[in-house]
Amino acid sequence: MAATTRFKTLKDMPADDYLSPGNTLCAGCGGILAVRIFHKVLGPNVAWVNAAGCMTVTMSYPLSPLKSNWLYTAFASAPAGAQGVRDALDVLIAKGKIPASEDLKVVVVTGDGAAYDIGLQSTAGAIDRRLDFYYLCYDNEAYGNTGFQVSSSTPYGSSTKTTPATAAYPLGNIVRKKDLFEVWRSMKAPYVATLSNSHGLDFLRKVEKGMGIKGPKLYIALAACPTGWGFDSRDSIELEKLAVQTGVWPLRESVDGVVRHTLVPRVLTPVKTYLKTQERFSHLFEPVENTQAIDTIQESINGYWKEAGAREGFEIKVPEGTGR
Amino acid sequence: MKGKLLTGNVAAAAAARLARVDYVPAYPITPQTEIIETIADWVREGTMDSRFVQLESEHSMMTAAGAASLAGARVFTATSSQGMLYTLEMLYNISGWRAPMLLANVSRGVAAPIVLEPDHNDVLSARDSGFLQLHSETCQEVADLVLLAYRVAEDKRVMLPAIVNLDGFYLSFTREPVLLPEQDAVDSFLPPYEPINPLRASKPVSRGTTVFEGFMYSYLRYNTHAAALRAKKVFEEAAKVYEELFGRAYGPVEGFMLDDAEYVLVMSNSFTALGRQAVKRMRERGVRAGLLKLRMVRPFPSEEIAALLGGRKVVAVFDQNLAPGLGGILYPEVAASLYHVRGRPKAILPVVGALGGKQTTAKEMGAIFEEMMAIDKEGKTPRPMFLMREDELTRVKKMVAVAEGGS
Repeated sequence: MAATTRFKTLKDMPADDYLSPGNTLCAGCGGILAVRIFHKVLGPNVAWVNAAGCMTVTMSYPLSPLKSNWLYTAFASAPAGAQGVRDALDVLIAKGKIPASEDLKVVVVTGDGAAYDIGLQSTAGAIDRRLDFYYLCYDNEAYGNTGFQVSSSTPYGSSTKTTPATAAYPLGNIVRKKDLFEVWRSMKAPYVATLSNSHGLDFLRKVEKGMGIKGPKLYIALAACPTGWGFDSRDSIELEKLAVQTGVWPLRESVDGVVRHTLVPRVLTPVKTYLKTQERFSHLFEPVENTQAIDTIQESINGYWKEAGAREGFEIKVPEGTGR
Repeated sequence: MKGKLLTGNVAAAAAARLARVDYVPAYPITPQTEIIETIADWVREGTMDSRFVQLESEHSMMTAAGAASLAGARVFTATSSQGMLYTLEMLYNISGWRAPMLLANVSRGVAAPIVLEPDHNDVLSARDSGFLQLHSETCQEVADLVLLAYRVAEDKRVMLPAIVNLDGFYLSFTREPVLLPEQDAVDSFLPPYEPINPLRASKPVSRGTTVFEGFMYSYLRYNTHAAALRAKKVFEEAAKVYEELFGRAYGPVEGFMLDDAEYVLVMSNSFTALGRQAVKRMRERGVRAGLLKLRMVRPFPSEEIAALLGGRKVVAVFDQNLAPGLGGILYPEVAASLYHVRGRPKAILPVVGALGGKQTTAKEMGAIFEEMMAIDKEGKTPRPMFLMREDELTRVKKMVAVAEGGS
């Protein structure tokens, strides 16, 4: 990848911005930052196709921070909207009704509620049909726009508004986070990648790489969520970085089904340091530390990386003795 | 002139081809399937210059359809029954986007219980969606209304999506002679679709955005309503041109033996043929019977109803649909249209019948007129009629007995 990329260092990040400064999203929103960076790589000619979520409410009549095209569809069917836009542009260009210069890159942008839950059927359909589009999921691991309810992206041990931690339910959410990367890969999407705003060069290169691939290109960007996760908005990038360093958020890509971790954290930082930074996990530490739960989370991370290392031929040092 | 023998489904597909649609997103459901199969054949044979794609649900099908319209394509698709309900959310979106397109609905009763033959709960579930609605009695009408609907929907004064309804089985799978207009003439009637502010690289737009404030939402909703109301005049203009070109005249409503009629049956779609027969039989007996067919259901032709039904003795509204807890869906709309009319009918009789395509006899249709006369002459209080014959009730009892383990 490094041989052909136009992104050698983070300084190569394009200066052109397609989002005006100022929008209605929360300070420190990882989601809108991911959209901003993604757009920089794609360039100006984009049609964003959206499903209900935080991005929806920032494109509010008569103001929009966006300098490109935008279409809000419905919660369940943004990929089908992308199908309609892609097909219409293709057929109009083929019939000579519009010049090829009017063509647009079609990008679905949704949160995890749409990507993991209600929109998974239409996503699967678009992948099956080999639709030439990008899907950018800004993943804040819950229904953030409606106030932080559990989604199938919510990690084990997170408290949400619909899985609150109580004496009877001390863990909050007990379901493990769905591995959407693997879901998409199993459907033979030619390109699947995870992104983190904290690892900009990796981010830029993955978007660039997808631009050279025809078909469904799927990106899951970690979207630190100050209001939902409960942390100071100035720490968003640090928190995403910690997610990568603790191995909670693996940076990986799949090209035609072959998985490669694009960043291997040689020495995993204990997950406890990540969990401790956020209100959504505070019940794991107060009034007493739930070492069993923290161990379970750590073991799950360790297991993931051991398996990945065995498959890809790398070795990393995982934290011993876990959270204790 | 003799037409080709075509099913209602093929007539719809043929009209879509004549309209030179760019894009056909599809999803199969009985009894609509023949429409999309026919188009798929034509596209793959190269006799129809459109893009055909089968999606994974009606909800996605309509999302793709509306999105493609916003990108500037002329779009056609079709559904039935559960498919209409499954995509209902998108109908409201597409009309709110002011994205013209055409949806053929092949009517079929809605589950549960599952049934295949028609009634109009499916299409009438979309009555508040902002889609224009034209309902067909014959296969010829299917073809003509598809072409008319495109011209109206894409008119700059309207810019709304439209539904053309045809009854499953009674039209969808029934061959009738259909005159298909020549392509050149259709091209002159229906110029290429000119989208307003389509998604483009040279001039980016935001569509489907939030508005948040109630006053803005109200303003835009009133706009949609005003556009839907304008669609009637635009339809009449288009129908006039259509008649000049093709010789077939269509209004929002159609009267049958209406001139001196005292007892008038109001109905729509393919069962109207049975209503016409009943009117003729009553006329043979010297009864001044007549019929008013609703062709346009959205916008609702209130003025036409008021103008044509004022002064009649009794009117009956035949609803081939049922809103449990209310009765027929169109009844209150017809009654409201007549309320302020001077010399309004002394009674408006609600009738519900032919649910799930229930075979309906001349005797049943005649009973509606008998009831209207009894109300008029004997001062009988109008009570809702639900059509069901003795022989059918006997069959019901037999089936129930079998289900309960009897013989």
